[in-house]
Amino acid sequence: MKRKRFWLSIGLHGLLTPLALLWLAPLWLMLVFSTLPEHEIFRVPTPLLPGERFLENLAGLQADTNFFRAMANSVVVSLLYTLGGLLLSASAGYALAVYRFRLQALVFSLIVATLTIPYFVVLIPQYILVARELNLANTYWGVVLPFLANALGVFYMRQVFLSLPSSLLDAARVDGASEGRIFFQIALPMVTPSLAALALILFLTAWNDYLWPLLVLSEREMYTAPVALGTLIGLTRVSWGGIMVGSVLMTLPFLVLFLFLQRYFVAGITAGAVKE
Amino acid sequence: MRTKAPLFFLAPYLFLFGLFWAWPILYSFYLSFLNTRVYPWHLDPGVNWSRLLQDPFFFVALKNTLFILVVQVPLMLVLALLLALALNSALLRLKGFYRFAFFAPVVVGAVAYSAIFRLLFNTEFGAVNAFLQALGHPGYDWLYAPGPAMAVIVIALTWRWTGYNAIILLAGLQSIPRELYEAASLDGASPWQQFWHVTLPGLRPVLLFALVLSIIGTLQLFTEPFLITGGGPGNATMTLGLYLYQQGFRGFNFGYASAIAYTVALLAAGFSFMQMRLWRER
Repeated sequence: MKRKRFWLSIGLHGLLTPLALLWLAPLWLMLVFSTLPEHEIFRVPTPLLPGERFLENLAGLQADTNFFRAMANSVVVSLLYTLGGLLLSASAGYALAVYRFRLQALVFSLIVATLTIPYFVVLIPQYILVARELNLANTYWGVVLPFLANALGVFYMRQVFLSLPSSLLDAARVDGASEGRIFFQIALPMVTPSLAALALILFLTAWNDYLWPLLVLSEREMYTAPVALGTLIGLTRVSWGGIMVGSVLMTLPFLVLFLFLQRYFVAGITAGAVKE
Repeated sequence: MRTKAPLFFLAPYLFLFGLFWAWPILYSFYLSFLNTRVYPWHLDPGVNWSRLLQDPFFFVALKNTLFILVVQVPLMLVLALLLALALNSALLRLKGFYRFAFFAPVVVGAVAYSAIFRLLFNTEFGAVNAFLQALGHPGYDWLYAPGPAMAVIVIALTWRWTGYNAIILLAGLQSIPRELYEAASLDGASPWQQFWHVTLPGLRPVLLFALVLSIIGTLQLFTEPFLITGGGPGNATMTLGLYLYQQGFRGFNFGYASAIAYTVALLAAGFSFMQMRLWRER
């Protein structure tokens, strides 16, 4: 029995290791290519070790797209989205979990129902609203506003607040604390880990979003990093080293974060998937 | 407790929700009945929907999207399930390394990975063909031949989303009570029987969740075909998402694009409904 388990384990590792290396290969090559001059990237056989041209490629990318500005735009947009999304999801989730009121069930089912509706259905009206009616094209708020009302966030925060012992909130009420104060000073601090998980996922979503910023932003100075990089990819005469630098800059910080904060990423991703 | 507090907590969210989600869902439906190729737009109930039924490009996009749905989604979910089982197995060492390797794509955006896949599948210089040639195979014209171009999209999607689904399934596996396995072992159930009678039924809701998410995601596939293949060659990798983008934001025919959008929504609703029925009856 022990021997059988030993060989099973060997077999499992033998299958999984090549697959894992294959899975890492695109990311490793992205890193390698970002450090090579053009003719080296297209060398056969494919180079597997980094070179020394990262900074030159970065300079080329900056000249092509003003990438630093695009990264700064992405940071602003992602922060606005994360902070706004957290506040709105948490307060709405809190209202649905902690209070009893009329139409509660209806409001909750409406919000959850939008989770199963493809985003494309609202895309065009959102565009008309933001770009034409509200005149928010080429602004940070134009990118962020439609997504602050995040249905998954509300669903997740409601679950989180449902598991909070209501006796604690009642105790604060007996002490005369206002409802707003109970929310900000008692309920929110108690769910910090869940807020962190949601924050990571919201930030990552905004950071990587492509279609909506592509539609709303038409001025180069307002481009987010994915849009700026996207303008280069389709072209025929471009510096692939520069594109790889941009991909690395967009990706690497999150890979490092993921290494240390895997637990929170996983919590955010599985939000809603597993009922407690 | 009769207080205005819940209204106060909900109002900002509901305002944005109504403005940017609830109302657009209705308005989009109305738009699909407008002729938006003339100014001012006017009501012409048949114009978009009858065009849709006769539009060969729409049907190519529909066919391609359904192909990805039928081929890539099951492939990915089976792979994700095997991966989740492996990562959950007591026989596996170095779990941190494997988790990182397979979950890392979760943080990679579509634009970044589209760039790298475009480069790797370059016909003349790409790493994939270099590797095939080293094995004595001539390689493929990946981005400019219909079949291979679709294969690149399928491979790229599988690379990006398998780990994501494995995370969801792994969480599902870990929520199955251990006592169920202990009881099954005591009854003399083989590992295979345990998988069929304990693991799969336990995973059912989570699998359904992953399946619904994958189907909705596939129905609105846009960035990968847009950046890796541009929908080509010809229309070989044209998807519903890409076609909607072209009609809506290149041609500015919002009415027709809305009709495509509602087709996507109807398909999504149809698939979700079918799945719910299928999974409930078993």
